[in-house]
Amino acid sequence: MSYFIESLRQLVGLKPTKPQWEALPVEVRVVYDEKRREKLTKEQLRALEEGHEAARHRHKWRNRRWATLIALNLLFVVSYQLDIQLLEGALTASRFVGFHMADLNAALQVMLAYKHVVLNLIIGTVTVAVLWWLLGGRTFCSWLCPYHLLAEWAESLHLKLAEKKWVKDVQFHRLVRPALYVFFVLLALATGYTVFETISPTGIASRALIYGPGLALLWVLALLAFEVFVSRRAWCRYICAIGITYGIVGTISPLRVQYNMQTCHYEGDCRKVCLVPHVLDVTIRGRARGLTTDIGADCTRCGLCVDLCPTSSLSFKIKGLDKAL
Amino acid sequence: MTDKPKAKSGRAPVSAKRRDQSRREFLRSSALAAGMVSISLLGLMPLIGNANARLRPPGALKDRLAEQEFFAACIKCGQCVQVCPVEAILLADLTDGVGIGVPYIEARDQACDFSCDGLQCVLACPTGALTHDIDYPAQARMGFARLARPDACLAAHGKGFQGQARGPDFGGMLRYEDVDRWKPIRVADYPYDLPLCDLCIRQCPIEIRIAQCAAGTPPSGDPNQCPPRQAIRLEHSDDGRSAIPVVADGCVGCGVCEMICPVDPAAIVIDIDQSADWV
Repeated sequence: MSYFIESLRQLVGLKPTKPQWEALPVEVRVVYDEKRREKLTKEQLRALEEGHEAARHRHKWRNRRWATLIALNLLFVVSYQLDIQLLEGALTASRFVGFHMADLNAALQVMLAYKHVVLNLIIGTVTVAVLWWLLGGRTFCSWLCPYHLLAEWAESLHLKLAEKKWVKDVQFHRLVRPALYVFFVLLALATGYTVFETISPTGIASRALIYGPGLALLWVLALLAFEVFVSRRAWCRYICAIGITYGIVGTISPLRVQYNMQTCHYEGDCRKVCLVPHVLDVTIRGRARGLTTDIGADCTRCGLCVDLCPTSSLSFKIKGLDKAL
Repeated sequence: MTDKPKAKSGRAPVSAKRRDQSRREFLRSSALAAGMVSISLLGLMPLIGNANARLRPPGALKDRLAEQEFFAACIKCGQCVQVCPVEAILLADLTDGVGIGVPYIEARDQACDFSCDGLQCVLACPTGALTHDIDYPAQARMGFARLARPDACLAAHGKGFQGQARGPDFGGMLRYEDVDRWKPIRVADYPYDLPLCDLCIRQCPIEIRIAQCAAGTPPSGDPNQCPPRQAIRLEHSDDGRSAIPVVADGCVGCGVCEMICPVDPAAIVIDIDQSADWV
């Protein structure tokens, strides 16, 4: 239950709760105490450092993810350009070998604005909801959204500039995103137009890829420039409604990243690479409530932390599957 | 990220600096939200006065220039674009505001000639923005043709037409039954030799269907494909030397007449605020 509450708190932008020491389970307190007493020898430290060095060059999940994201988006492109009719449409709605699929947020906007739902849209929405429930909700963001990939590259540029102190990451309150979400929902309902779609770089980028570029790409470029020079990953962190919609689907998803507090050294490198670092606050010393903790639904399951963690304290888990096997 | 070590204040009194920081965070967060709200609301501006009303694909949920329902229902996926055999459908750009990604047709460049017969765009539409209530070309109400420049009309001057209707470089396509029943070809590859120009009637998809039905061979062998009413006919002058095209209430506004008209600009055009049901 606390997983759902913590997930929803993350999605709406509230700060993660800090557990009281007295309220922690005994086994967790034992681990924390042991770690406090434990002094590392020089050899152990050196071994650790080497582990970190290896981890820095490990990109297993990132490579898999980029390959998936590019392949799926290219599938849209070649389906149209070569007329092979495998995956027709764009990310907002499509047909996979004839079977309807609809982006959950786009479908929601259309339902609110149009106030009628045709059967094709129901089929598409349910299919996609089940698919992303299985795959972890916001997995959509990092494994499929074309803007995510562009933003990832913009982010690495931002970090390089920040390292040279040429730019500074301006942070906003994460409550902006749910506030805007509610606003866009009400706006669709009130005006009868799918207003969010106008500015959604996901739809714009997807259509530009498939149907050719247009002026709308200037908006996408402007967003990327904002992320490079002003605020790290601003669209995904503070604005995007699609992330919240998939996040809500992901709260009950069995696919999660799991944190194991027993092996963690609290260096916090995972939080530095994470798009949504608040989901990893549990990796701060004293925050874990159990020996293992599932990372909340705002996590995009991108795997950057899994790649990076030198002690493998973060790993992909499918809830219930380890018991079944 | 949000928790620098010093930020851990618990219930201790909040320092002035910290208060100032959170006030600034609140202000810039509000500014970000307000900025996004304004930019997205800018998208409503092109709608004022129906400034961006266009010729839409068959079945579009619209009433004359009022396209609100169509915009609401369209999920902007472009599946209609993908299935169109003559690639008549385009997607609107950012200049159309909230209409971004919504399909339209530029009839003069490439009209809808219904060469798919089955209204593939309607079938492909996942949301019913192209209403699933219509099944046949004759049921479409895209607009209505009008002889806008009778002076320019070749037939009105008793002139014929020879050669490529829109010149050698025109990329538009039509389906010619006598060439290939399934595959549309470029208009430029189909030169004409007409003693009296009747291209707008000759190529009218509705008139073609009426002729096919009269010959006992309705499209796809389906008698339901037969249009109930004529769309356009040539009305000859008393001396029989010239003629003018007269649009009738079977016209669906597909735009083929506007596309094929050999004079430039076209003598016959589509009015998007009219349809057979309203004239």
